Formats: sequence, C-alpha cells, structure tokens
Amino acid sequence: MSEPFEPKIVAFVCTYCTYAGADLAGTSRLKYATNVRIVRLPCTGRISPLFILKALQKGADAVLVSGCHPGDCHFTAGNYHARRRWTVFRALLSFTGIPEERIRFSWISAAEGAKFAELINSITEDTRKLGPFTQYQELQTIIETQSTY
Amino acid sequence: MAKIGVFVCHCGENIASMVDTGNLVRSLSDHPGVEVCNEYKYFCSDPGQETVKRAIREHNLTGVVVAACSPRMHEQTFRKACAEAGLNPYMLELANIREQCSWVHSNKEQATGKAIEITRSLVEKVKRNNELKPISVPVTRRALVIGGGIAGIQAALDIASAGREVVLVEREPSIGGHMSQLSETFPTLDCSQCILTPRMVEAIQHPNIRVLTYSEVEEVVGYIGNFTVKVRNKARYVDIDKCTGCGDCIQKCPQKKIPSEFECGLGNRSAIYTPFAQAVPNKPVIDRNRCTYFKNGKCKICQKTCQIEHCIDFDMQDTYEEIEVGAIVVATGFQIQDTSVYGEYGYGKYKDVITGLQFERLASASGPTAGKILRPSDGKEPETVVFIQCAGSRDPSKGVKYCSKICCMYTAKHAMLYAHKHHHGNSQIFYMDIRAAGKGYDEFTRRAIEEDGAGYVRGRVSKVFQENGKLIVRGVDTLLGKPVEVAADMVVLATAMVPQPDAKEFAKRIGIGYDEYGFFNEAHLKLRPVETATAGIYLCGACQSPKDIPDTVAQASASAAKVLGLFSREQLEREPVVAAVTESTCAGCWGCVMACPYNAIEKQDIKDRNGKVIKQVASVNPGLCQGCGTCVTFCRSNSIDLAGFTEKQIFAEVMAL
Repeated sequence: MSEPFEPKIVAFVCTYCTYAGADLAGTSRLKYATNVRIVRLPCTGRISPLFILKALQKGADAVLVSGCHPGDCHFTAGNYHARRRWTVFRALLSFTGIPEERIRFSWISAAEGAKFAELINSITEDTRKLGPFTQYQELQTIIETQSTY
Repeated sequence: MAKIGVFVCHCGENIASMVDTGNLVRSLSDHPGVEVCNEYKYFCSDPGQETVKRAIREHNLTGVVVAACSPRMHEQTFRKACAEAGLNPYMLELANIREQCSWVHSNKEQATGKAIEITRSLVEKVKRNNELKPISVPVTRRALVIGGGIAGIQAALDIASAGREVVLVEREPSIGGHMSQLSETFPTLDCSQCILTPRMVEAIQHPNIRVLTYSEVEEVVGYIGNFTVKVRNKARYVDIDKCTGCGDCIQKCPQKKIPSEFECGLGNRSAIYTPFAQAVPNKPVIDRNRCTYFKNGKCKICQKTCQIEHCIDFDMQDTYEEIEVGAIVVATGFQIQDTSVYGEYGYGKYKDVITGLQFERLASASGPTAGKILRPSDGKEPETVVFIQCAGSRDPSKGVKYCSKICCMYTAKHAMLYAHKHHHGNSQIFYMDIRAAGKGYDEFTRRAIEEDGAGYVRGRVSKVFQENGKLIVRGVDTLLGKPVEVAADMVVLATAMVPQPDAKEFAKRIGIGYDEYGFFNEAHLKLRPVETATAGIYLCGACQSPKDIPDTVAQASASAAKVLGLFSREQLEREPVVAAVTESTCAGCWGCVMACPYNAIEKQDIKDRNGKVIKQVASVNPGLCQGCGTCVTFCRSNSIDLAGFTEKQIFAEVMAL
C-alpha cells in the first residue's frame, strides 16, 4: 500500500489582505493542511499567469490566487485587474492542458483567518482527489527525449 | 557571488516545538550560496540581533534570511539591524515559519519540511534582491479639511493652532454641520450651539485657517505630502467680502415659504437666506432654484434693498481654484436615513410623526417654536409622546444592520427635555436594548427613567395609525409578553445614521475605500483608526462610522495629530517598492498607463542628439507609484518591473518551492 498522495499547493497572495489573513489564522492557532506554500506579493494585480504556469510546471499540483475583496484593494483596483486577467486566463486553460480545478481564485480579507484555513483544507482535499498533476512533467520528458538534434 | 546568512529563530517554543530547527539549519547550510546558518532562541532580542550583525560583518554577507515570524511583525527590526551592520536593509527577507507554519500545523515532520521549503525559496529570492534606497519626497505643509462640522472644525483648529495652514472646505453656506442643529447634548445637557458657535467663530477668525463655505472638492490628484486639490466655489450671488450680514435682503425677499433644510422642514426660509441665525460666515446665499429672478427674470428686490454697491451679483459664476496641500482630513459627516421605508410608522403621512432630528429643532431655543415642544400639525402641546428606537438601525430587513450608537442616548435626552418642558407629559420609549456605554451615559439613561419618568417598553412597534385625533402606536411588550397600544399625540422616530448620499462617489473621487454602506474605511480598525489606506488622507467623525460628539472630537484631534506628525518633517521617506521601465524595450503600447490606478505612468519622449523625438516610452513617477505591480503583469514586452518583487525574484522563489 503506497503512502497517501500529498499534493503541493502554491498560493500567490497579496500582502495586505490574504497574507494578513493567513497570519491571523496563525495567531488564532487554527490548524490546516501543511500542503500550502505561500508566495507574498504586494497585490493580486502583480500576479502574472506565468507565475501560475511556472508553479505547475515545477511540481505544484494546484495553485491558489487570493487577494482583497472587491472594493477593498489597498491599491484601489489591483484585484479587479487580477479578476479580469483570470477570466481571460481561464479561457486559455484547456488550450494549455490544465484542468480548471487545478487553479483556485478567492477573496480573503485580513480578518478572515478562519476562511483561509478552511479554504486551504478544502483545496488540499480536492487536489488529493484529483491526484498529482503530471501532464507537464510528462511533456518535459517527451521534449527532452525528442530534442536530440 | 552571493553570500547569504540564514538565521533560524526558535521564538522560544513557538517555532521550535513544531519545527525541527536543527534539521532546518542542516538542510539550509548545504544550500548553494548559503555562507552561514545559525539558530537561536530569540533573534529579535538584542543579543539575537547582535548575532546577525556580527555575521554580516564577519562573513561580508550579501543577503540575509531570517526564518522566524511574519514580516508584518519584525521586518523593520531586522532591516534596521542589517543597516546598522552596513548591509542594505532591502537585502533582507523574512521566512514566515511561525504564523504560516509552526502555529497552524500539528505534524512536526511535515511542518519541518514546509519550513525548509519556505526558507529555501526565500534564500533564492534574496539572492536576486537589489540594493534599494528609500525615496525622498518633499512635504507641502498645508492641510485640507473636507467638511465643516464639529469634526472638521476641531481638526482644523488643532492643526492651525500648531502653526500649520489649513483650508477648510464646507459645501453648505455655513460651517457647523449637524451639531448646530441640536438642542442640548447628552450627557451634560449643555446647549449645543452655546458650545459650538465659539468654535465656529474661532475657526473663521484663525489666521492659519482659510474657510471656504459653499464650496466642494471636485478632484484630488497627487500623493502624500503633495496633493493638488481642485475646489469649486459655488456661486453665492452675494459678495462675501462686501456683505456686512445686515440681513435686510432676507427680510425683503418675497419668497418666504421655502421649507428650511436647517429646520428639517419644520420652519421656512426665504430664497436669499442664511441657514441659521448664528451661521458662520453670517452672509446670505441665493437659492437659485427658488429665487423669483432666476425663475421669471424679474424681482431683484434684494439687490435694490442692499445698501452696498455690487454686493448682490446675479451674474456670479462658479469659480474653481487649485490648492496645494500635503495632507487631507476627510470629515464629511452623515445623513439620517430616509424613514419612508417604514410606511407602517406613518412618517410623511402624519405630520406628528417626526424624526429625532426634527425633535431637536422643536426643543432648540433657536428653533421654529423657540424651544417649545409643540405638535407640528396644530401647534398644541403633546400630552403623550412615544419614542421609537431603532427605527432603521439594527434592522437588516428594511433599515441598516449596524447600531447607530447615538439613538439610545438622544432618545433618553429627548424624554428628559420633554419632561423638563411639560411637567405632566407622559413619554413612552419602545426599545430593543439600552446601549449606554460611555462616560456618564448609563447614569444619564437611569436619570431619564428614575427622575424624569420616561417609560421604557421593551419591544418593537408594528404600526402607527390615526384614530380620533390620536396616533395609536401598536406594539408589543416583550417583557410582559403582551401586545400594547399607546394613544400618542406625537411620535418620534430614532432614525439611523447613514453615510452621505454621495459618499461612495466622493470616496472614489478622492481615492479612499468605503464599506458596504458607504462609510469610509480606516487603514486598521483598531491600530490605525484615523488613517485611510491611502497615505496622507485621514478620517474623522461620522463619515467613518456612526459616532457621538465626544468620539468625533477625539478622533478629529487624533487625525490632526497624524497630520502634524507628517508635517514635522520637510522630506518624507517612502518604501522604494516602485516600478521602473526599461526604455530600450518599451514599445509604447501604454497598457501600463491604462492599468495604473494612480496615474503614475506618463509618456516620455526619447530624442536623438538633434532633439528629434524618435520614440515615446512609458515612464514611472516614483513619487506617485504605490508599488502594486499591476503594470508589470500588464506589460507585453517585460519592460517594466517592480523593485522588491521583480520577475526574477518571484520566479526564483517559485522554482525553489
């Protein structure tokens, strides 16, 4: 019997809302799955779809993008840009061969530590069911074996 | 070659109990580029910081990662330590292995693995950090205060008394705000105007305060220390410098039946008017929409009456002026909720159902009844008055979810004032809870009940209707569990305090946040209650949340203290997290210009040696840039990058995870 699959989740979060929310989960000693790795950015507006692709390429099984609630952005409108970008990016996902369930988008404020903990647990659970994300690694092997000339 | 120092903090037991710090140190020691890796019980302590400083000096470190608590906690501490040891303070990263690791996990093996990955990824990031310098910006030491109620007046006076210039902008013809409409104030029952008008006069006479009444803020551009504000001075049709305030024009105006806004419709005013007798400045204004001349092209009686030449000028136009300020205090106040949503209370249908603010006018010595509490319908003394609390507040279905905070107190005050003026009167108050937290507040409500005979009925009112000349108030007494009916002569509704109707639009115009209702957002509810998320813009009074006068004044003084703190320096240092453009690759698509919420990106000409423009590129104004990085993601040619969060840094961080 093999060990249960432990997915790796990379979370891109803004420093003003979700990062602070994750800190609050910590100060409140809420327990959640260890599978998440947080990358702190000034604003969700800074998050490029390329970061998401890179994370998936380098072994992440799921990616979370989370920032301030609409209307609450520290930088007035960064989260709106992120949301619009996500809408466009979502349309490209099937083209890139990534199932949409691998990427989650959410709003978590600095006061929502509990919501952060719950979200991480639910993503971990969902990703566990999806199994490891291997398409990109497989592709990588094909490219490496074929690029002989 | 990078020489990174990694310092793993135990935080007592906080980290060490859940993360195997020895293992963490061993893993990181072998990581390429890591020169030195230590662990210690408390790195934030003096000896801890000394260890970091010594390591920087001894090993000539080029970067530091402290694996400890959240950067929101101790980033500044360690930046300072780096600077003291001669390392650029921005060559530091904090790996958050406490709030986001040891405190939230219960499996030591997994938590240790996670801590290693977090720390490793930040080592990769810090290798690519650049030395940054804080940005210096000059500070214009003049403040703008928006709103001339008690909040704005107090803030303006405090700033002005400390020797700084203030421009106070008020959109009504007079300063004073809602406080000038009140009769007496709880819990001391001192007359509102008696305590307010000296402040109003002090403000207008203060050599450092410029009061612009009947004016509105149209536009705010710029950033902390350097705002440019466009103010519209609305045409008053009266030259405020020439007018002596004699009031002859007001006497002669033929339009006298206009419901007065100041009297909440209980009294009338003329078309040329001052809102109230103690208005500051006590100079009239012509209501263009009601004036006979503006409607019919004939009249001008006021102009003929006026003794001063060219004082009343019907050709006056709105004027605009631009004012440079370094800080802005927003004190735009509140409105009371439109009670027509409560059809069952009969407001608007029955003249004797009034709002609390209308009751204030009835009880005020300067009001339409000269302080006698009389029924608006027939001018008789009411024998029984019913007060309905929470007529809008704490009612998610029809009103607002929040508690308006002042209603319990002013209703008790109303019952008291009524008892003092009508010794045999009967007052009944329907309430949900009595919320009287505050200095002298609970004693005050007890006094209303015990000394002034206010009858409190715990329960809601379902209907108010007229029968035999009486207003029948039908409700329930939830303590007795019985329905009750009171035959009243007058009903007073404790209406909810709501934001100004244009609050959201105003917030967008000046660039601050607001909540679901339209109250302006503070930067932190507890620790930064008078600052907004926009640096250099501060809040006070009921525009932030419902508030009584003591809280408003305290908050106004607090915002003044913040402004004065800002003005204590000639130069301002800012975080150097700003974007910059690589001119050689910028194609000038202006995607970043559109994306920037701060208008910080401009078009810049690139010229050849003959001065001919060969191309246009984007250019970031570091003074305006707030460092969100939205432009970076937008750029198609990767020509724009954000200091502190560069593409290189983040990709390295992601790849190390």
